[in-house]
Amino acid sequence: MTIRTVAGVLLGACALAWPLAHASAGAPPAPALRSVSVQLPVSKRMFPGGAEAAPANANCLTCHSAGMVLNQPSLSKATWEAEVKKMIAVYKAPIAEKDIAPIAAYLAATKGTD
Amino acid sequence: MAAGSAFAAKSVDFPFPGGVGEREIATGFPGKGAMVLQRTRPPLLETPFEVFDQGVFTPNDRFFVRWHYAVIPTSIDVESFRLNVHGAVDKPLTLSLADILAMPGRIEYAAVNQCSGNSRGFFQPRVPGGQWANGAMGNAKWTGVPLKAVLDRAGVKAGAVQVRFNGLDTPVVAGSPDFMKSLSVDHARDGEVMIAFAMNGKPLPLLNGFPVRLVVPGWYSTYWVKMLNDIEILDHPDENFWIKTAYTIPDTPHADMKPGQTGVPMVPINRMVPRSFVTNIREGAKLRLGNPVTVRGIAFGGDSGVAKVEFSGDGGQKWETAQLGKDEGKYSFRRWEAHLVPRTTGVQALMVRCTNTAGVVQPDTPNWNPAGFMRNVIETTHVSVL
Ligand code: HEC
Repeated sequence: MTIRTVAGVLLGACALAWPLAHASAGAPPAPALRSVSVQLPVSKRMFPGGAEAAPANANCLTCHSAGMVLNQPSLSKATWEAEVKKMIAVYKAPIAEKDIAPIAAYLAATKGTD
Repeated sequence: MAAGSAFAAKSVDFPFPGGVGEREIATGFPGKGAMVLQRTRPPLLETPFEVFDQGVFTPNDRFFVRWHYAVIPTSIDVESFRLNVHGAVDKPLTLSLADILAMPGRIEYAAVNQCSGNSRGFFQPRVPGGQWANGAMGNAKWTGVPLKAVLDRAGVKAGAVQVRFNGLDTPVVAGSPDFMKSLSVDHARDGEVMIAFAMNGKPLPLLNGFPVRLVVPGWYSTYWVKMLNDIEILDHPDENFWIKTAYTIPDTPHADMKPGQTGVPMVPINRMVPRSFVTNIREGAKLRLGNPVTVRGIAFGGDSGVAKVEFSGDGGQKWETAQLGKDEGKYSFRRWEAHLVPRTTGVQALMVRCTNTAGVVQPDTPNWNPAGFMRNVIETTHVSVL
């Protein structure tokens, strides 16, 4: 493989730009790095299905948008229940014990294999 | 702003077994053009496959995006940004971007960045996780300083075993395990692992890790920590969730096991394996009997170069060696091209197979594991010959 290596060059006053003219021969140039500020899109997508979907809408949109769940394939009820429990055990999702079964049931009914 | 819905010009429908393959094409993400929307928050954006036909380097604005946690800084001030190096070192460092740009020994090379779960949507039986088709990968020319130079400046103490990397992204809910990845000290000091500040000659898009990210050539993307701001040298093995539990594969050939199989030893995912794709002919395309066509695509060797690409126009009965394009380095995508004269009408299977310079060949049966990692089965594109 080709890895280009260069000797160090003193940096000029313009701290974050790499003055091309000063770089030694063969130096891979660096682009000027400028501060950035962006806005990330938000999702308004909800779990469909009215009252049945309420526990999912209340508990499953805190850390990721609904697409994380709705784009999943059909999965067994056991897998859905394991996913909900994983969110609680691993990621510390603040989901009440009483909501686990209804969420798993809703997901198994709308995206289930059994 | 609704990513996808308001801005979507069109959608794609990936042919995943069991369906749920429809995805919007979104254009509302900063620094990104049209991308396949896998998830808005935190962003999971897939490169539309036609981009791979345009050349071996994936443009920055089409490069796939993958974050785990939704608290991603949306502003980075290049004056105040600092990279901290600490732990089992003689001299902890706090490096500004100016310090990093001024370091000697700058390097540049092409390398494929591929998600461990690229192509997960094709697993059968399906498994939970990001439901990617084949576009959670990209190839770029990366420029930066060798990690080794930074570690040497800090002075790694005898007895150090691993180097752990952390970025500026944080979980939404306190208590979720912070996303961190580790490499062995020897790997971290191999002179190739890079702290990159440029991608295809430009600053990294924020969503690809501005201002600096780790580049671990030949290894899956999970190690390429974005917005890298903390390097900790450990005198004990890292046991954090993202190394010990997540991103682990069966320690078996092709990371393969049976659904439901228990007691399989698991290890952290590591080196990539070879893959190859046809990029100019789509699944279901129509070809004319007797009309010669040029079939082309990309291949990569994984942790070593592409030694050979073979093409079959008859479902794998006969294979011919494809012609390889320019060698951009052993970690890069490489173009390949073959010629086909369809000789039989009906549905034909075009197949492509890469062998890397270490002699590893793509398998002809798909692997399976519960996390949907490391797919590299020989790809098949069905065409109708009329
Ligand atoms: C405390 C934060 C949190 C909450 C609340 C949460 N999740 Fe998650 N979830 C995560 C994280 C973190 C991931 C991993 C994201 C990644 O890899 O990009 C994830 C991933 C997933 C996945 C993909 C498969 C996997 O295991 O990685 C599914 C499915 C999922 N969540 C379902 C749910 C459902 C259903 C709910 C509501 C019961 C929920 N989540 C609530 C944090 C959360």
